[in-house]
Amino acid sequence: MNAPSNLKYSKSDEWFDPSSGAVGLSDYAQSQLSDIVFVEILVDEGETVEVGKAIASVESVKASAEIFSPAAGKVISVNKGLSEKPETLNSDPYGAGWMIKVEGGTTGDVMESAAYVKYCEERTH
Amino acid sequence: MTDISVSQNVKIVEPTVYELSSVGRRGVAMPASDVPETALPEKTLLRTSLPMPELAEVDVIRHYMHLSRFNYSVDGGFYPLGSCTMKYNPKINEDTCRLPRFIYTHPLQPIETVQGNLALMYEMQEWLKEISGFAGVTLQPAAGAHGEFTGVLMMAAYHKSRGDARRTKMLIPDAAHGTNPASVGMLGMSVATIPSDARGNVDLEALETACDDTVAGMMLTNPNTLGMFDENIEKVIKLVKDCGGLMYGDGANLNALLGIVRPGDLGFDVMHFNLHKTFSVPHGGGGPGSGPVGVSQRLVDFLPSPLVTIVEEGDDEAAPLYGFFTPKQTIGRMKAFHGHFGGGLVRSYTYIAMHGAEGLKDVSQYAVLNANYLQARLRKTYKIPYDRICMHEFVAEGQFEGSDVRALDIAKRLMDYDFHPPTNYFPLIVHEALMIEPTETENKDTLDAFADALIKIAEESLLQPELLHSAPHITPFGRMDEVKAARELVLCCWLPEGYDLEK
Repeated sequence: MNAPSNLKYSKSDEWFDPSSGAVGLSDYAQSQLSDIVFVEILVDEGETVEVGKAIASVESVKASAEIFSPAAGKVISVNKGLSEKPETLNSDPYGAGWMIKVEGGTTGDVMESAAYVKYCEERTH
Repeated sequence: MTDISVSQNVKIVEPTVYELSSVGRRGVAMPASDVPETALPEKTLLRTSLPMPELAEVDVIRHYMHLSRFNYSVDGGFYPLGSCTMKYNPKINEDTCRLPRFIYTHPLQPIETVQGNLALMYEMQEWLKEISGFAGVTLQPAAGAHGEFTGVLMMAAYHKSRGDARRTKMLIPDAAHGTNPASVGMLGMSVATIPSDARGNVDLEALETACDDTVAGMMLTNPNTLGMFDENIEKVIKLVKDCGGLMYGDGANLNALLGIVRPGDLGFDVMHFNLHKTFSVPHGGGGPGSGPVGVSQRLVDFLPSPLVTIVEEGDDEAAPLYGFFTPKQTIGRMKAFHGHFGGGLVRSYTYIAMHGAEGLKDVSQYAVLNANYLQARLRKTYKIPYDRICMHEFVAEGQFEGSDVRALDIAKRLMDYDFHPPTNYFPLIVHEALMIEPTETENKDTLDAFADALIKIAEESLLQPELLHSAPHITPFGRMDEVKAARELVLCCWLPEGYDLEK
């Protein structure tokens, strides 16, 4: 399981990059969902998001899931190409799979990488 | 599927009915027209051409006969599809629902001419009230989710009638069926998800925190989708009622409770029945369902209209006269006519009449016994995350230490052993969930054969994992590419121009 140390992680498996403001779905979450076949970003640029607000809807062959914002702030960018290529969330969750970028984002209850890895391991076993 | 090379897994290929078509073939020979031909008025046509397959009768029969052989049914084998209650449907139901006096009636006939139908519906309402402990029942809803929607509409109408406009939040446990939040969403209400605790019950602390004066109610499936009867059910109901909410029971799992517990007695205000599950109507593949709804005294006035009632009491000489009536604060009609009469109500009526009160209790006791027997046989091989006495179903994990085999692989491999796979990847709170509901109609030999197959598959998962990854092997079609099917939907009979099948 991959969880880069420069990112923060929420209990509901989103990641947040404090330097760029990017938000996405963790590697653990994409592997649990398996093949992702649909993604829809639910917020627009310029909108303000709260911590815990549903920002995207994701469907895999196994399940559907809502993605909640781990940070609060103004949405400055939305990954518009993602809905055309939902599989990006599987292949590159921390790179091309970013969903939105939040400006001046203040985070909610998030974990460091090591704590998140431990949290995921506890849930698997 | 003209080209066998489309998938190397395909062993038998049945062309589509369009591919079998040949210009000029006919199923019926019509006599020459004896009236002058005239063109259809063009501006009223939906389309100018509609390609229809042209085949002889025998070609059509064989085509559908071939397709039917690809099917798997509860008449053909064991079907432990968790949450779906795929019990055997007694064939006597098929006789009664085809009785000419039921078949040749129409919902718009004068009531004096359909007294038999109305008597059956009236008795069905009464029986469902007796089974569930509710004060009133509507037979209208077309299926379970439609029943949910009906129930939530009545809950909303109740709060509205009291001028209580703030109640727009519905509490739904994380183990719930996805239809619950969907039904609530259709009314524009919001959903608050309540987690389950370590024993598979509603987390009381989380519930207490969520209970406030914006709660419209709670939708609870009991036993829940883990097959667990909530050990704190009375506390759960009290918490919801104390904050002014109504209690909705999802009757999906009623097959565990017949003659043992009545949701109305527990304090539920409203519950839908799935006649097709609990009371044996063949279902699957989208229908037909039937989802009557029962309500407690405080919701009876909101029931959909019309309900069946006795208009004139009978006596020793004459049968009563049955008719319709409209509840005082009714939410209105939920269906054009009176529910799925022949397909649902007559079959279920037959089933209930055949079993009687004691027989229905047996149904539930055997359903629970069978599930517990299977759980006990599989416990050493498969991890049971919520391991206690289950009700009519249980959930196992389809993964093993040191193996990359997943629930989906196990489900597919079961088809090679001639069993229908269990529900997989639901409920979402169990990793690699395999949700197994044997129902009461299976004997010990069948249960043992199924348990043996699952134990054998667990061995295979360590010794020959490839066998599972590529399963099924002996079915007419091999492993389907579910990802491609979801990502590249083709929702028509003709491939779009320029669509490359090989790509």
